[in-house]
Amino acid sequence: MAKEVSPGVKALRKVVDDVHADARQAHAEGRLVGWSSSKFPCELAAAFDLDVMYPENQAAGIAANRDGEIMCQAAEDLGFDNDICGYARISLAYAAGKRASRKVDLETGEYVINPNSGKPLKDENGKVVIDPETGKPKKDPKTQVPYTVLDDIYEIEALPDGREKDLRREAIKPYRQMRIPQPDFVLCCNNICNCMTKWYENIARMRNIPLIMIDIPYNNTVEVHDTNVAYVRAQFDAAIKELEKLTGKKFDEKKFEQACANANRTASAWLRVCDYLQYKPAPYSGFDLFNHMADIVTARAKPQAAEAFELLEKDLEQAVKEGSTSTPFSEQYRVMFEGIPCWPKLPNLFKPLKEHGVNVTAVVYAPAFGFVYEDLDGMARAYYKAPNSVCIEQGVDWREGICKANKVDGVLVHYNRSCKPWSGYMAEMQRRFTEDLGVPCAGFDGDQADPRNFNEAQYETRVQGLVEAMEANQAKKEGETK
Amino acid sequence: MSTEVLLNEFKEVSEHPHRVLSQYKSEGKKVIGVLPYYAPIELVVAAGMVPMGIWGSNKKTISQAKEYCATFYCTIAQLALEMLLDGTMDQLDGLITPTICDTLRPMSQNFRVAMKDKLPCIFLAHPQHRKPAFGLQFTMDQYNHVKGELEKISGTPITDESLREAIKVMNKSRAARRAFVKLASEHCDVITAVKRSAVLRAAWFMEPAAYAEKLETLNNELAALPAADWKGKKVVISGIICDNPNLLQIFDDNGIAIAADDVAQESRSFRTDAAETGDPMMALAQQFADQDYEVLLYDELSSQNRRGEFVANLVKESGAQGLVLFMQQFCDPEEMEYPYLKKALDAAGIPHIKLGVDQQMRDFGQASTAIQAFADVI
Repeated sequence: MAKEVSPGVKALRKVVDDVHADARQAHAEGRLVGWSSSKFPCELAAAFDLDVMYPENQAAGIAANRDGEIMCQAAEDLGFDNDICGYARISLAYAAGKRASRKVDLETGEYVINPNSGKPLKDENGKVVIDPETGKPKKDPKTQVPYTVLDDIYEIEALPDGREKDLRREAIKPYRQMRIPQPDFVLCCNNICNCMTKWYENIARMRNIPLIMIDIPYNNTVEVHDTNVAYVRAQFDAAIKELEKLTGKKFDEKKFEQACANANRTASAWLRVCDYLQYKPAPYSGFDLFNHMADIVTARAKPQAAEAFELLEKDLEQAVKEGSTSTPFSEQYRVMFEGIPCWPKLPNLFKPLKEHGVNVTAVVYAPAFGFVYEDLDGMARAYYKAPNSVCIEQGVDWREGICKANKVDGVLVHYNRSCKPWSGYMAEMQRRFTEDLGVPCAGFDGDQADPRNFNEAQYETRVQGLVEAMEANQAKKEGETK
Repeated sequence: MSTEVLLNEFKEVSEHPHRVLSQYKSEGKKVIGVLPYYAPIELVVAAGMVPMGIWGSNKKTISQAKEYCATFYCTIAQLALEMLLDGTMDQLDGLITPTICDTLRPMSQNFRVAMKDKLPCIFLAHPQHRKPAFGLQFTMDQYNHVKGELEKISGTPITDESLREAIKVMNKSRAARRAFVKLASEHCDVITAVKRSAVLRAAWFMEPAAYAEKLETLNNELAALPAADWKGKKVVISGIICDNPNLLQIFDDNGIAIAADDVAQESRSFRTDAAETGDPMMALAQQFADQDYEVLLYDELSSQNRRGEFVANLVKESGAQGLVLFMQQFCDPEEMEYPYLKKALDAAGIPHIKLGVDQQMRDFGQASTAIQAFADVI
């Protein structure tokens, strides 16, 4: 039975579905659709009513749908090294026209089912049915899926009209992230990484389309100096001119102000939702927050996103009153999850946490997308403070702030093979968390999108170690209070 | 001085930078470590100090740096930190830490934390929008910060005049290196791949004025020699760094000369001069803006394949028969630009090979086989 979700969660899902549907429709009607990095100031595109898709969010979705590996491999076949960020590889393969598809028999038009897929078949008593011929559990045919194969939309488009073309078009996996339109322009902001710069240049080159770039250099101080603000403000003006040229429209200041107001309202509501993790026990898990990231990324400047987060806030208020939680286990320990999750391995990440009663009650994404500001200078400052563009002191301060407020007992650090700027100073941060907060930390190796870089056995051992350290800490504290 | 003596002197410097550092210190000079990429060395020179490039090490092994870095970071950055931690760099008076790639961004923090109370670390963030007026201004803002920090270390102000002089010195050094690269190809019987690298590498460790002078002398010697009657092959090398003598020996052993390079530690670092007149800080900002065809920098005309085509043309114009790409492990910018470099090379009918390298490599058996096989087909 599907898990029952709250009205807020339902609303959030609809917002993202609508953003995708709008972009597909815009493309079908011949209107421009852009691709944007997640922390590009979306307010600018919103002021021009542009439909925008977000490759990072898309790549996370593709990875969570278990197609990260085939898309990463497709990028590697194009010459992109397997050390490159998994999101970038998935996106570059997609931009090149590669798609994860269902294997189709061109004669019969039927999908070719992968006999190894699916869940074990259970009898009426819930027991697994064993195949007498093989001695192995039988698969439930209802849960079986076709083989996944790689296809190429440009190859498909080059086919003469007819059955094969129709079947192959149709066979492309139907989930929304595998169906986003190709870009007519790209919007890049490199506040989270410089890989973004080259990633978007590659897309612009592949598709021969304009690239609008907002450059936010790395910052070594907690404050953002006026000179840095001036640099970014000037780029906002330049980007507006380029958007005017692209769309043939004049910049509409009123629309821009409204988009800023919406984005602030969404960001504030998002931060308040994040703050509900401070309750003990928490009314939900940080893993749920990961799921809502699609909204904060793709729909920040839309009033519907703000409304949906406000609705979720009400749900959470009610949950706190009732003492209920959507976390499917009793909360024994509270941890901060550091980094982007391993999207292809979410169930594997969750399993040992559930076993040990470890709830994720803090994630760094909360401040990362909480772009709240009052004026254009403030907006430049806000976008200057992305997770990977801030100095170690700011990074530690953010994290220790949420660790304290959200009352964590430990920190689980994802050394994310895909993200050099994020993982690059984590060892030092771990030392500081332990020194400043007295909480144990455990690191594990993984990847945000490429499942080949995650080692489940290592992860489980590290979680086990963290739990033992938290247990010892708790026993020590209890001993001291006695 | 004979060519051989000069080449030996460059080799000594290239192989023993630590000795050079100790020598400068014994002369009472202050020395500033300069990490990749594009730090305004002119400011160090103008402050009356010696710039010393830090491009990792071909001899060290990562040990203490593991306390700061996960494994998937380029060895140049990790070994730079290693040398700061293991005492090799103890004599430095300061360190400039640019942040143009995703490894150097967090590493700038690691350097600063690791060197706390030990060595002043001067932060530098270059802009990617470097050509428009606001980009030039941002570069100047950053360079002014570097200038201020250097003045604190040197104890003397950097004047416009001293900066203009430093620009002249560096332009001279760059011009000498550009001339040397051409002469090295013409006289590749004398300037083997190993020797060529030592001469160019020494530029990062010697005082720029002294280096430029010595290199001009060498260039004059080379110019007087008859051009090589080269029967072997010629290639262009590309990548971040390619200065390991053991690796380059494979070229020499197989009769492969280096016609030109697209290497960050070599030609990419001296392609572009700064204006010797006008506001010198603006001249440095403009120089950075003029850097082009560079994997690390944003290309406003990114929908074209300018860098790939530039390198392909370099191969053609230099008379090379192919290109050897030294792919630095975990180097995103190089890796990201490889498919389009390949596309341009293929379109121009230029054969190439890609060799994965890092600075902890000690066994070059595989590389040797690959280079030999490549020489056979070009």
